Amino acid sequence: MNDSPTSARSDAPSIAIDVKGLTKSFSGREVVHDLSMQVKRGEIYGFLGPNGSGKTTTIRILCGLLTPDSGEGSCLGYDIRRDADKIKRKVGYMTQRFSLYQDLSVRENLEFVARLYGMPDARGAARDTIARIGLKGREEQLAGELSGGWKQRLALGACTLPNPQLLLLDEPTAGVDPKARRDFWNEIHALAAEGLTVLVSTHYMDEAERCHEIAYIAYGHLLAHGTVDEVIAKSELSTWLVTGEDFNGLMAELNGKPGVDMVAPFGTSLHVSGRDKAALETAIAPYRGDSKWHWQAGEPSLEDVFIDLMGRSRDNFQG
Amino acid sequence: MSATETIQNGEEREPAFGFWRRSYAMLVKEFIQLRRDRVSFAMIIIIPVMQLLLFGFAINTTPRHLPTAVLLQEDSDLGRSILKAMENTSYFRFTREVHTVEQLDELLQSGKVLFGVEIPRGFERAVRRGDKPALLVAADATDPVASGTALGTLGTLVQSALAHDLHIGAPPEMPFEIRAHARYNPAAESRLNIVPGLVGTILTMTMLIFTALSVTREIERGTMESLLSMPIKPVEVMFGKIIPYVMVGFIQAGLIIGIGVLLFGVPVLGSLTLLGLLTTLFITTNLSIGYTFSTIVQNQLQAMQLSMMFFLPSILLSGFMFPFAGMPVWAQYIGEGLPLTHFIRIVRAIMLKGAAMPNLRYDTIALVALMLFAMTIAVTRFRRTLD
Repeated sequence: MNDSPTSARSDAPSIAIDVKGLTKSFSGREVVHDLSMQVKRGEIYGFLGPNGSGKTTTIRILCGLLTPDSGEGSCLGYDIRRDADKIKRKVGYMTQRFSLYQDLSVRENLEFVARLYGMPDARGAARDTIARIGLKGREEQLAGELSGGWKQRLALGACTLPNPQLLLLDEPTAGVDPKARRDFWNEIHALAAEGLTVLVSTHYMDEAERCHEIAYIAYGHLLAHGTVDEVIAKSELSTWLVTGEDFNGLMAELNGKPGVDMVAPFGTSLHVSGRDKAALETAIAPYRGDSKWHWQAGEPSLEDVFIDLMGRSRDNFQG
Repeated sequence: MSATETIQNGEEREPAFGFWRRSYAMLVKEFIQLRRDRVSFAMIIIIPVMQLLLFGFAINTTPRHLPTAVLLQEDSDLGRSILKAMENTSYFRFTREVHTVEQLDELLQSGKVLFGVEIPRGFERAVRRGDKPALLVAADATDPVASGTALGTLGTLVQSALAHDLHIGAPPEMPFEIRAHARYNPAAESRLNIVPGLVGTILTMTMLIFTALSVTREIERGTMESLLSMPIKPVEVMFGKIIPYVMVGFIQAGLIIGIGVLLFGVPVLGSLTLLGLLTTLFITTNLSIGYTFSTIVQNQLQAMQLSMMFFLPSILLSGFMFPFAGMPVWAQYIGEGLPLTHFIRIVRAIMLKGAAMPNLRYDTIALVALMLFAMTIAVTRFRRTLD
């Protein structure tokens, strides 16, 4: 085959996604601003950010569903502007909203996909996929009648069926129960282990921590990227964990104090964070002697970091 | 007054005028949605105005100036006077002059003229001798409405016009005989004309709607996003969506023609194979147009409205309901742009006149051109991205 990007494959570990300066506006509103990112082959790359931050738009640009206003880059070695057709052959895209045919059965949907990709044995490919995603016995059920978890599995099955090299998953686990979510992630790790690159957007922190690398995007800007540890380290956030009674009173008192940027309860403990370590310590000093609470210096959680990034980006881009 | 009032036992009472408030809330919402849907809004104006204009200006149930061919076997003053007199009746308009009977037949069969007038050799001399020779008028009677009035008044009108022209008083008796021959439908049965026309009309209606909804349905159900992310090209989507309905249309056409023949005794004089082929072409043309609508509109409601807007002039201006030749020129031009016009000529010609391909060349080419035109628009309009 002429269109296999042999050059890109030879210099492994190569880059699956390499884009620079992507910008996209819809009716005058900039949704993605000067976004650059690199995703290595075989990696699970988490895409995080608040609703409306530009995650879906970025994913759609990567698979050729949207044309960027400016910026350039490649996906699996193909130019995202010129080679959308070639990219589509090698990329599986799982949409945020279920987008297979509700009035077709599980088997019919998968056979449709297999035929679209020109697979020689569409029936066989569909049968294999049904076995792989554990939908045996439900082949003849209409896709629209499946529960949320099964629909999500079917969608994953459909986008992995043509053996893509890159998976783009847009909030694949939204509204799915924890057991199904865990199974789903195990499947994704298994696929990555086989060499598949996965870009997955999510709102769940535990899912972010299952990614090899993450990127945080807000208001169309890529604010942080790297491994989870790197992102936390780079945040320069100091956090104290408080345990004890009566958080509510303490929260109210600490909130808005100079040096305290964030106060958030996490189960039995309270996270008190600030960007300026010294200022934070001054702010909490009066409360540290109180026997009601136990103070302990700790690591900020990924969520602390993201909430902080979100607050900062709001100040920067919206104010 | 607050919307909800609490009475002593703490139960909430039904707000005053609840029925009207809730109806009003619904009404306000509907108005907002209607205002946002520009196409629906336009249809509210366009459909009635279009109907009024078409019925008021384009349709004429006693058509005049009908295209007529002349075969002059002799060049005589009397012959010219008769032709002039015919034209003065305002029912006939001489558009062609032919030299053989075959040419005359061909023009009638292909529907290019509705009448053929033949002045035989030695006509003038025979009149002088008092032999009462026959002036032959052949009429295409497939559409009895179109030819009926003209044929019915032919004798008396020509006689008085001729009398006027020759500056003589009305002669007590016509010096010649007008032998009118209503071809193809001598008994002037309207069902012979309507059944073939219905094949086209029904196919237009059903085929248009099948494909007009096809792309919008994918967009509305969200399946378009998935489809676009897969390696399929606009032409492939189009063919995949059109071909199944070609078969549906073929079955429908077979049903109508079958019932027409068995129940209403409509003949199929021409080749059934040719009829089948050209019907398939017509079906595909309509499906392409419906598919084009589907790439233009935003939702299924708009698709239905646009189909409706196309269907109305198709019925009124194609010659299905009202004689095509009787319409003003501008309306005929619009009619030429509608596939139904061409198909109605084709289907009537094959079924009632036994026409073969050479007679139908023009209308066949027109259908192919309309189909390719629609397909080109559809393929270029089809958005390959979600931009």
